[in-house]
Amino acid sequence: MWLKFNAHPDSRCWYVAWNPKGTLLASCGGDRAIRIWGKEGDSWECKTVLQDGHQRTVRKVAWSPCGNYLASASFDATTCIWKKKNDDFECLTVLEGHENEVKCVAWAPSGNLLATCSRDKSVWIWEVDEEDEYECVSVVNSHTQDVKHVVWHPTQELLASCSYDNNVCVYKEEDDDWECRATLEGHTATVWGLTFDPSGQRLASCSDDRTVKIWKECQPEEGTDAAWKCVCTLSGFHGRTVYDIAWCPLTGALATACGDDGVRVFKEDETADPDQPVFSLSAHVPKAHTQDVNCIAWHPKEAGLLVSCSDNGEIAVWNYQSEV
Amino acid sequence: MEEKALEVYDVIRTIRDPEKPNTLEELDVVTEKCVEVQDLGEDEYLIIIKFSPTVPHCSLATLIGLCLQVKLQRCLPFKHKLEIYISEGTHSTEEDINKQINDKERVAAAMENPNLREIVEQCVTEPDD
Repeated sequence: MWLKFNAHPDSRCWYVAWNPKGTLLASCGGDRAIRIWGKEGDSWECKTVLQDGHQRTVRKVAWSPCGNYLASASFDATTCIWKKKNDDFECLTVLEGHENEVKCVAWAPSGNLLATCSRDKSVWIWEVDEEDEYECVSVVNSHTQDVKHVVWHPTQELLASCSYDNNVCVYKEEDDDWECRATLEGHTATVWGLTFDPSGQRLASCSDDRTVKIWKECQPEEGTDAAWKCVCTLSGFHGRTVYDIAWCPLTGALATACGDDGVRVFKEDETADPDQPVFSLSAHVPKAHTQDVNCIAWHPKEAGLLVSCSDNGEIAVWNYQSEV
Repeated sequence: MEEKALEVYDVIRTIRDPEKPNTLEELDVVTEKCVEVQDLGEDEYLIIIKFSPTVPHCSLATLIGLCLQVKLQRCLPFKHKLEIYISEGTHSTEEDINKQINDKERVAAAMENPNLREIVEQCVTEPDD
């Protein structure tokens, strides 16, 4: 059961995100615009178009945990922070500093920190104070290539990033500075997306190598840093690059967005050893869109509701029903 | 399948080389044989192109790859997925170039760079466009 609508006419829709309450959707694309969508009866209506914030493609958007701010990351090398004022958004500030395209922006659950990453190979961590002032507190250069995505841990101040260099990096704050604590190697091609499981104990990554990997933090031996091990690899399921992955905070189901135009949902086998998890394909929509699916996101409140977007400019809302 | 391959070849053979006043066909950068088409089912095809750049210069090879991506995305009338590679053995940094050419995010960003865009447009625009 689904609903589809054309969000970004004549261009790619790169990303779509639910606000924390699940009442709005923000989408962004190759037309350099950000669109905010609200539900009107059975359909989604465009409430606002933010057209002049960026001079190039808007690659990702992210809502602050309180839902009052929206951050947008663009190929124009800037990140815009927008403040919601009723149905409108006003550009509060523009974060500059990256040398070239910003590929991702993410808010920490605390709401006080923001992370951005770029083709310039760096990850920047920004602090925001009560007066809405943003300050860059760390620039970390752990990747050797274009950094594609950053994601925060759901409960701890821990950050993960993934890159064109095929690796995933995990960062922690040490003495007021952020540093890379672990490098997760294993994928054989660009890693495009990352998502933590609801507890934050595991991380899932998806790649151009057409696999999904599940990583778990291992208990460290005395005196050494925690290490992350790959405890599961899902291969043979995706026909092309897996561009995005999302772990449902309500049900634990794992959804993927693929370059073969398909959307898939994986469920974890509850009887398996937690250190050797087993996932099986629970649902597959082979032609979810007529072109590559770039993004997939679970609704924050309503279990089973998913949104995806595609190179053809469309957004689709899905209802996933798992057989209990 | 051969018909489809010819359709694809017809689109790419007139692309102009970024440096020389010749088409990719004239310079043997692309040939009929360099196009492979696989049926993905439901009227969709996988197209694999292996091109041979004339000089070992890395940025020119990526530029040709970019031209191929752009022209095919614009001009192919049927549903397709595309893979573009440098012919094996023609280049020392093959893997690096292939990775860049096939990263659609990198391709999109490159086409937003005014200088690169201008060069690509000049290479892919047909004289009577």
